[in-house]
Order: sequence, then structure tokens, then C-alpha cells
Amino acid sequence: MKRAARYVIFYAALLALWTLLAKLKIWPPYLFPTPWGVAESLYAGFQDHTYWIAIRVSMQRVLIGYGISVVLGMILGLGVASNKFLEDTMGGLLVSLQSLPSICWWPLALLWFGLNQNAILFVVIMGSLLSVTLAMEDGRKQMPKIFGQAGRNLGAKGIKLFWYVLLPASLPFIVSGLKQGWAFAWRSLITAEMLYLSLGLGQVLMMGRDLNDMSAVIAVMLLIIAIGYIIDGVVFKAMERHLQNKWGLAPAN
Amino acid sequence: MSTKARAVSHQYPIPIEPRAPARAAKLGPVCVGHSDASQAAPIAKVGLNEICLSYRTQTGERLLALDHISLQVRAGEFVCIVGPSGCGKSTLLHLIAGLHSQTSGQVLVDGHPVQGPGTDRILIFQEHGLFPWLTVAENVEFGMKMKGVPRAERIEKMRHYLRLVHLAKFEKSYIHQLSGGMKQRVAIARALATEPDVLLMDEPFAALDAQTRDLLHDELERIWNETGRTIIFVTHNVREAVRLGDRVVLLTFRPGRVKSEFPISLARPRSLEDPEVALTAREVLEELRDEINRSLEAEYAAGVKPHIAPGEEA
Repeated sequence: MKRAARYVIFYAALLALWTLLAKLKIWPPYLFPTPWGVAESLYAGFQDHTYWIAIRVSMQRVLIGYGISVVLGMILGLGVASNKFLEDTMGGLLVSLQSLPSICWWPLALLWFGLNQNAILFVVIMGSLLSVTLAMEDGRKQMPKIFGQAGRNLGAKGIKLFWYVLLPASLPFIVSGLKQGWAFAWRSLITAEMLYLSLGLGQVLMMGRDLNDMSAVIAVMLLIIAIGYIIDGVVFKAMERHLQNKWGLAPAN
Repeated sequence: MSTKARAVSHQYPIPIEPRAPARAAKLGPVCVGHSDASQAAPIAKVGLNEICLSYRTQTGERLLALDHISLQVRAGEFVCIVGPSGCGKSTLLHLIAGLHSQTSGQVLVDGHPVQGPGTDRILIFQEHGLFPWLTVAENVEFGMKMKGVPRAERIEKMRHYLRLVHLAKFEKSYIHQLSGGMKQRVAIARALATEPDVLLMDEPFAALDAQTRDLLHDELERIWNETGRTIIFVTHNVREAVRLGDRVVLLTFRPGRVKSEFPISLARPRSLEDPEVALTAREVLEELRDEINRSLEAEYAAGVKPHIAPGEEA
């Protein structure tokens, strides 16, 4: 209860400050919109289905891109973790590549895939693949050896060993990496959508800019924050809680 | 193989009194069961022939961990391997389990060289190695699932083995909800559920409190009687070895060699408190003392050399 009260007070104060600044008219309204202007934009955007369509398109892209990243990243990470040669060679490369913002792949993606959805997917994958790979590599190393030994001892090998033992055993250690991968995927997607106009939230955001409609820009920003937060706070939280219940402790502490 | 072992246990139900002859009778048919073994000397269930294992340390020198270890274990036998820490006794179990390979020598099971892990030999770890993401039931079913045993049969066997370790009520629990002793019992049920011929136990009770350990000793002895499995049990506790084993094998400290073997013919069921057990344990400990001192010296290499005086427990 106390926490909820603190939340309400904080956001009410923030909103009040915003309203005050807008009321003072220090900046013209098209540069500094009012809260109700943003609310109107949000309402209108949902009303004429623009936002619904944008959300659907963006979610579809990020889910496909992130899904591919997770599968590829796990295989890659496991390979790097279990092979000394790969670890020595690829390990360093992966870490150094992570300092490259994923949007830097955009020019290459355009050349390779053309101006279409695949180019966006490529940027999303490049954004999140490394996080997942590094997390999986790290998780595989942190995971107690005994699980792999017990699994092999009980007759699990190859793909079965991976699916039934190594993957679930490393999950608590890679959840944070998966979460980070999701955040990167989401950011990369919005960036790519802003550069290439083809539906999606990023495009709607840029449209607001082109029309000098700052209310719409902020409305879409709020949407992007909300979706990112919901996935993080709902989907990943549920996953973490589920793992904690099973394992009996906060595993990746 | 597994069907054979089960047949034996059906044919010879729990021998209550007298223990020793019942065991002897049980061993006979198991060996004769192998057609190739009926002529000459019976082939050992597990045979270690001149096993050597060496590895390179981080400083680059070669370290000999196991030195020409030879040991023959009969089917249905309960063999305990004792030695100071660092004698390579756990490593030896890993070799039999096929989780590592030896540098030279042969590990034979039923006369065939071991090539990698197999569900005819199941290892029970000191830290139990249960899967925390699975329920007790799913843990016990795991080995059968890997083998492709149909679901209905899996569940039936899972229930059977959980009853055997008195954990039938905990099917749906997760591992972290169990006590240390219960975890070890689940580990035993999980191992038995794959119906291995050989149970390899790596100090399974070392981390448990004394009461729980006593209880598990009784249960293990009973399960061994009921299932007729071959058990190779590694421990650093001499009394535990004497209390459980048909034979106690003593390993030396670094490199591990077989120092001596003690056949234990005390009547079963035994107890840790039996004077005969204590007496025999003292005999074994007498032999072991030098090795323990050597291992302690190595640990306190900085010049301190604590010795165990005669009569003290390790």
C-alpha cells in the first residue's frame, strides 16, 4: 500500500510539473506539448487503428528477430563454451562485436537484403544475438558440472542432453542475458524502423516528427516504453519467479 | 541385463535369516547366467585391469593419480573403496561410470571394455546431482525417459522405486523442498529406476548428519538385499565401509594403488555401533594410518606435520 502511494505521489508530481511548464508557455506548444495533448494523440491513434497496426507489426518483427537470436545464440554460446578452440578465437570476437551498436549493420543489411523487412530483422538479430550468445556461454560455464555428468550418466546424450539437461540447468544463469537480449532487440527494432519507413512504431514516431506533432511523438515514445516495460516486468518476471520456485532460491545472485 | 537382475531378486526374495548363506546362494546363479562364463572362472561383473591415470597439472608437470589399479568385483557384491582424500577413489568411480577415460589399462563390465557412460552403471554423487528443475517424480523417471520407456511403465516404476526409498508421498515435490537425507534417497531411487547392474556410490552420505546416515545405511543394505545389485561404494569413513561392505579395498595416497583388501564376513544386518564392526574398522584403520598421515603432510606442506596417534579415528 505504502509503495503504491509513493508511486501515485511521484507520478502526480511529475505530471503537475509537466502541466505547469506547459501552462507557462515558455516554449511554443508544438515544441512542448501538454499532457492532455499527448493523451488526445494517444486516444486518436488507437481510435483510427494507427497504433494498433503499428504495435502489431513491431511486435511481430521483434518476436521473429528475437526468437531467431535466442535459438542461434544458445547454439552458438554452447558451442563456444564447450570448445576450447572456439572459446579462444570466437570468444574475444563476440565480446568486441558487442561494443558495436546494432544499427551500424543497417547499411550492410540494406545491401544484402534490400529495402525490406529482412533488413530490419537482420538488425534486430544482430542487436540481440550477442547478448544471448555471451549469456549462454557464461551460463554454461557457471552451471555446476554435476548436472551434465549426471545427465550423461543417466543415458542422455547429444540433442537430448542439451534439451533436457544443459538448457534447463543453465536457465537461471542466462535469464538476465535473455532479458538484456530482449532490450537490445527492442531498441534495435525501433531504430531500424525509424530509418526505414514501413509501418511499425518507429515509423509512426517519425511521422509525428515530419508533421511537427510533438504530442504524437511523445505518445509513441510512451507506447514504446510501455511495451518494453510490460515484457520485462511481466514476461521475464514470471519466468524468474517460476525458476525461483523450482530451484528454491534466487538462483543467479 | 536388467531383467536378469530382477529375475534374481524375484527368485530369491529378501533373505531374513540367516544372512550370509542367502547371499552366497544368490551369487551363484547370477554368474552361471552368463553362458560364456559357465566354463572357466566366472567373469567379474566389474573388472579393473592395471588402470593408470595421469594428468598434467597447471604448472605443467605430470601427476600420476592412479597407479596400476586392479580389482575384480563379483556380481551382487558390495565392495567399499577406502582411502585418504586425494587418493583418486572418486576418479576411479568416474572411470567405471565412463565419464572420464583412463590413461592406460582396461575397465571391463561383464568382460566388455567400457566405452563411455551407460545405464548399466549408475553413479550416485556426494552432492546428489538431482535436477532442481524437475520434480522428484520427474527426476526418478529421467533415466527411463532417456531410454524411451513408455510413460505408463515409467510412472509405475517411478512409484515402485519411490516406495522402496520411502518417499512415495513426495512425488510432486521439488528437490529444494527435501532434506539432505531425502535428496540422497531420491538419488538412489533415480539410479535404481534405470535398473543398472552396478551402482557406483561416491561418498553419498558424507554430507549427512549421523542419524540420517545410520538410517540410510540400513535402507541401502535392505535395498541391496532386495534388488541384488552390485555396489561399489567409495568413502573415506572406514567404519562406514566395514559396516556396509562384503569387502573393503584400501587405496594408498597419491598415486592411488591398491594397498590391501579386507574381506568382511560379519553377519548382516550390521550396525555402525557393533563391536565387531568397530574392531574390524580399527584393523583397517591401522593400515590406512600411514596413508592418511602422508595425505595430511601433503596438505600441510608448510612444515607442520600433524600425525594421527594410534587409536584415534580418522
